[in-house]
Amino acid sequence: MSVIVQKVAQLLSALIFVFSMYVITHGHILPGGGFTGGVLLAGSFIVLVLAQGQGYLKLKQQRERTSLFESLSVLLILLLGFSGLFAGSMVFFGNYLPKGQPGELLSAGNIPIYSILIGIKVAATLFTIFLALTIYKEEVSK
Amino acid sequence: MENPVLIFFIFLPFLAAFLIPLLNLFWDQAKTIVLPLVSFVLLLLALLIVINPPQSTQYIPGGWYPVDNIPVGIHLVGDGLSRFMLLLINSIAFLCAIYAIPYLRLFTGQKYFYTLFFLQLAGLNGVVLAGDMFNLFVFMEVTAKASYALVAFGVRKTEIEASFKYQVMGGLATLFMLFGIAMLYWMTSTLNMADISVVLRNDHAGNTGAIRFTQLFLLAGVAIKAAMIPFHAWLPDAHSSAPSPVSAMLSGVVIKVLGVYVILRLFINVFAPSEFLSMVIAVLGGISMTAGVILAIGAWNLKRLLAYHSISQMGYVLMGIGIGMGVVAGGGSPEAVALTFTGALFHMINHAVFKGLLFLTAGSIEYSTDNLDLKKMGGLARYMPLTMVASFAASMAIAGIPPFNGFFSKFAIIVAAIQGGYHFRAALGLLVGILTLASFVKFQRYAFFGRPMPRLSLKHTPLLMKASMITMAVLCVVMSLLIFPEARAIFLDPAVNTLLESTDYVIKQL
Repeated sequence: MSVIVQKVAQLLSALIFVFSMYVITHGHILPGGGFTGGVLLAGSFIVLVLAQGQGYLKLKQQRERTSLFESLSVLLILLLGFSGLFAGSMVFFGNYLPKGQPGELLSAGNIPIYSILIGIKVAATLFTIFLALTIYKEEVSK
Repeated sequence: MENPVLIFFIFLPFLAAFLIPLLNLFWDQAKTIVLPLVSFVLLLLALLIVINPPQSTQYIPGGWYPVDNIPVGIHLVGDGLSRFMLLLINSIAFLCAIYAIPYLRLFTGQKYFYTLFFLQLAGLNGVVLAGDMFNLFVFMEVTAKASYALVAFGVRKTEIEASFKYQVMGGLATLFMLFGIAMLYWMTSTLNMADISVVLRNDHAGNTGAIRFTQLFLLAGVAIKAAMIPFHAWLPDAHSSAPSPVSAMLSGVVIKVLGVYVILRLFINVFAPSEFLSMVIAVLGGISMTAGVILAIGAWNLKRLLAYHSISQMGYVLMGIGIGMGVVAGGGSPEAVALTFTGALFHMINHAVFKGLLFLTAGSIEYSTDNLDLKKMGGLARYMPLTMVASFAASMAIAGIPPFNGFFSKFAIIVAAIQGGYHFRAALGLLVGILTLASFVKFQRYAFFGRPMPRLSLKHTPLLMKASMITMAVLCVVMSLLIFPEARAIFLDPAVNTLLESTDYVIKQL
């Protein structure tokens, strides 16, 4: 890709990244949330890889890392749900943190935490799928 | 009133599934310890709640309790039928898990297997525990997605093709199910099964056209998952090309949970049993039973032969359920209904054990000889006596020879058919039994007896594989004891009662 495309992709990637953070963290008060924000987050990485094109080994390394984040985020969601059994109303997925004022950024108890973890999970999954396809293409062309 | 044991059947397998890739980074052997350990804990939990049923049958995650008696949250329901299915799922899963550890040496990319296996297990437990339509759908998808990946696990050409076929048919089933659920939601404005049942019985009693339309869509979706005969095209490929422990799970558990269990729950507990639907299910069952066994006789690939028999034996179960629903709809005596449902459920668990065992012995033959073609086998009895004994027990069980378990359940279904006045179906059941015997005599003759194979460089069957096969072979005989009322009262009767008193489901869950 030409220098112009690479530079624009870098700038765009940063914008998409910030917007995805906004969507994920406001999941409980605005439309959107973990899934939508996660897709945007993955998009910001995908744009970079598309524009710059990275070496085969680098891609493989990145894939290892995204798989790690994928497992880790689901594990944390499960453990957070499990912690509900010991706190507050003593139910799985119990919402035991202070609820706060509706409409505020820091409100709704556990929900924003789930939102963030789901965002990480979705982003990691989509990026893993993208990387798997790219790696496959590299392997075929070799 | 709450019963938190239920959530562990979903939580533990998911936890294990995502813990394994992380542990794998530090310690390579962790997965071979986590797998049997977690599945053993699940088996113990299932046994515990079957033998010592808890007071409360439901659990509501997140604390979303009903408002004005209208359920708003997710309900997990662990009634008699669900507990019975949990025991079935987790016992077969445990035996397959310990078998899989040595068997997987044949494959590369082992670490992915463990995660997928646990995802499948979590999905199966979730389907059985789901108390609302949408969770039922979601967990069916979790199971199906994991199964697609597991079928393609060997990544050879035939396996990927089989997986693709399975995905296309599975996608179609998903579409039908989702459409049916959407129709139900439109008619009743609720997704909770007990609530749907109440609304349908009170407000929509006259609206039979729309209900029947919905029922047929749901039935078509479930029929693809259960591989009834016009919808069966994916099964022989998928079940025969998966790794053997996965084949045992697919044939032994997945088609039963996604097929039979969902049929029982939807068409007996949610909808009231109707004459029309009982006829459809019984006829589809009868066709599957007969055509499946005829296709099986002609098969020469060992696992393909077994896969066709899965279709045939599931036909028995479905015919039993159809007859039971017919007797309920016709206002028959509770004893006659109880007999058919007992027969159907009994045959279902028996089939899980002996078909699971048959696939495991096929896997053992494949492990040692690297061959599944019956024409190229022969004389294996001398080299693999233990596999021979195990597969003999399973073959006799599936063919319905006393004292093995298959005899008693088939007998119960046939007697129930005669009592219900369905003489043709009873005769068909006997005929299919004879054809099944014929095809398993063929299997025994070509695989274990006859002229020995010319070249023999056999690998030894590992100990864990042997242990799993012996346990299942013993179960094939021991499960005959379920005909005694004392044993039946613990394992089968609670499940049958859930089906008999279908209105009871509503009262207990709301």
